[in-house]
Amino acid sequence: MWDYSETVKEHFFNPRNAGAVDDANAIGEVGSLSCGDALRLTLKVDPTTEIILDAGFQTFGCGSAIASSSALTEIIKGMTLDTALQVSNQDIAEYLEGLPPEKMHCSVMGREALQAAVANYRGEAWQDDHEEGALVCKCFAVDAVLIEDTIRANGLGTVQEVTNYTKAGGGCSACHEGIEEILTRILAEQGKTFDPIAASAPPMRKPKLGTLARIRRIENAIEAIRPNLQRDRGDVELVDIDGKNVYVNMTGACSGCQLASTTLEGIQQRIVEDLGERVRVLPAGQRQAPSAEGRGVPA
Amino acid sequence: MSPEAKAPAPGIYLDNNATTRADPAVVDAMLPFFTEQFGNPSSLHQFGNRVGRALKTARQQVQALLGAELESEIVFTSCGTESDSTAILSALKAQPERREIITTAVEHPAVLSLCEHLEKEGYKVHYLQVDEKGRLDMQQYLESLSNKVAIVSVMWANNETGTLFPVEEMAELARSAGVMFHTDAVQAVGKLPMDLKRTTIDMLSLSGHKLHAPKGIGVLYLRRGTRFRPLLRGGHQERGRRAGTENSASIVGLGKACELALAHMEDEKIRVGMLRDRLERGILAAVPNCFVTGDPANRLPNTCNIAFEYIEGEAILLLLNRLGIAASSGSACTSGSLEPSHVMRAMDIPFTAAHGTTRFSLSRYNTAEEIDRVVDAVPPIVAQLRKLSPYWDAAANAPVAEPEQAFQPAYA
Repeated sequence: MWDYSETVKEHFFNPRNAGAVDDANAIGEVGSLSCGDALRLTLKVDPTTEIILDAGFQTFGCGSAIASSSALTEIIKGMTLDTALQVSNQDIAEYLEGLPPEKMHCSVMGREALQAAVANYRGEAWQDDHEEGALVCKCFAVDAVLIEDTIRANGLGTVQEVTNYTKAGGGCSACHEGIEEILTRILAEQGKTFDPIAASAPPMRKPKLGTLARIRRIENAIEAIRPNLQRDRGDVELVDIDGKNVYVNMTGACSGCQLASTTLEGIQQRIVEDLGERVRVLPAGQRQAPSAEGRGVPA
Repeated sequence: MSPEAKAPAPGIYLDNNATTRADPAVVDAMLPFFTEQFGNPSSLHQFGNRVGRALKTARQQVQALLGAELESEIVFTSCGTESDSTAILSALKAQPERREIITTAVEHPAVLSLCEHLEKEGYKVHYLQVDEKGRLDMQQYLESLSNKVAIVSVMWANNETGTLFPVEEMAELARSAGVMFHTDAVQAVGKLPMDLKRTTIDMLSLSGHKLHAPKGIGVLYLRRGTRFRPLLRGGHQERGRRAGTENSASIVGLGKACELALAHMEDEKIRVGMLRDRLERGILAAVPNCFVTGDPANRLPNTCNIAFEYIEGEAILLLLNRLGIAASSGSACTSGSLEPSHVMRAMDIPFTAAHGTTRFSLSRYNTAEEIDRVVDAVPPIVAQLRKLSPYWDAAANAPVAEPEQAFQPAYA
């Protein structure tokens, strides 16, 4: 059985706003019957203020789908449509005190039902923009379709690159066989072969960089990684470079995350590849303050 | 207080196809083998000898339940999955010129995942299809048999629906075609009488924890003369067919469990069968829009799988669990996959019903009083979830008109 939070259980056992709103003027229907999760969201919107006066849901789905639907209706009641559209699936998951990785799609379904309902109210056509695949990486909840798309879009060829771009495989590493299978298949489509040996030892024969060029390279590498972290409500900033040590601050969801050290390794790998030299990426907090300045400053 | 805390202990356990509780007599038989009977059965001295004799008794107890001709045909393994892998990989190793396998679309993952993996290694796998009641396409079977096939592996009873396959007849056909026959009988052993010496089944897998023995012990029945290549090589345990020091306590427990299963065989068929029928009739009479999946006329006496239309199985299980009732479901969500059970899909059960399939699997420990409580508990749970369902008209207490047209969600 899943490890549901108390809030998920509470919203499942006692769902709020169940059933259709009688005089609804906005309806969103999303979901996938093959996956066994589908949701109809009905809203009553004040035409002058665009405030959501009432919201109701009807859900064909599992415990977390019902809880996510219930949470969504509670969150958006009283909001204007524009404010409600800012609600992300992470907001729904956070409201429920977290969802298992296999169940994050339930919160995505909630957000999309809202988008569909708003589009319906405004007389616009709504098109969902993602396709969901089988879950490959359970540590970071990355599915096969995202991995495939990222490999194709960026011409990736190694498990390490897939981890750097998608985070898949960066945790317990149990899914590396699955990632290798996807790589093998996609490279075969492109007439190439997957080579696990070449993958493990990136060649390092880039010319030595000047100090300024070196700092820019490191900055650019970190900039390239930030969108991945921001997708999970985290972030990273460059604090200082001291010889072979690169000091960064992990912020947002990354700070205190159990997998922060794994994320740091991913950042380090990326910088090492871009720079062509070995550096260590360290949290700025671990930095030994120079003794002259550090005196009298409480840690 | 959490909702679970209200559940009456110890609860009603109707998930015996997933696993069973070890019989207290089994546990009693095992305990000395963790303490004074600690010897290695391979050792020459008295410590080893006593354990060796206990293993021989256990082997005979398994032999009796299966109706095997010889006790040497019983090979102890760690689980049903190991037995399945050993059987299939052995057949491929022993007959390298044969590159095809016949199995069914509704096997347990222990066989299905292995076959899918073997396909990637270049083997051809024939997946026999089933009809809407889960019955095998025997014509397809006959057409697939050839001298290119290394092994046929077909389950005796389906774990989800309890539907039985005609494995004895299929083994005869395989023998006539000169093809090895293996059956995954993990769900059938202990629930159906067997007399393997009168069949042409070459290999059979069983798992201890499905018949009130502990987890972590299984058997591969290997008919004398069947060409065999071990999965694990090493010591001479199990006559070199499965190396590794014997799990003596669990083997003794499995022997005892087999003896008990043989003694309770009639009880399993008659009393457990009647309880299952009582449960099924009670639910079907009280709940609209539900039906039994599989082949009700030809299935295990302990299994009942009901599809509740327009609601989802995990939600049903969570609400049952709150009342202390344990069952299982074929919905996608309970396994974290993207599709409902492959067994339900193979039978062409529509998505709106496949996700609501709920399996109740009984054991000889269940009572009529428990069954009546479940019959009372299920209808309000189904009604509660249907109130939330976009396919259900709460006022009319019936599905909305043309449910598949009335609600057509965009793929999200």
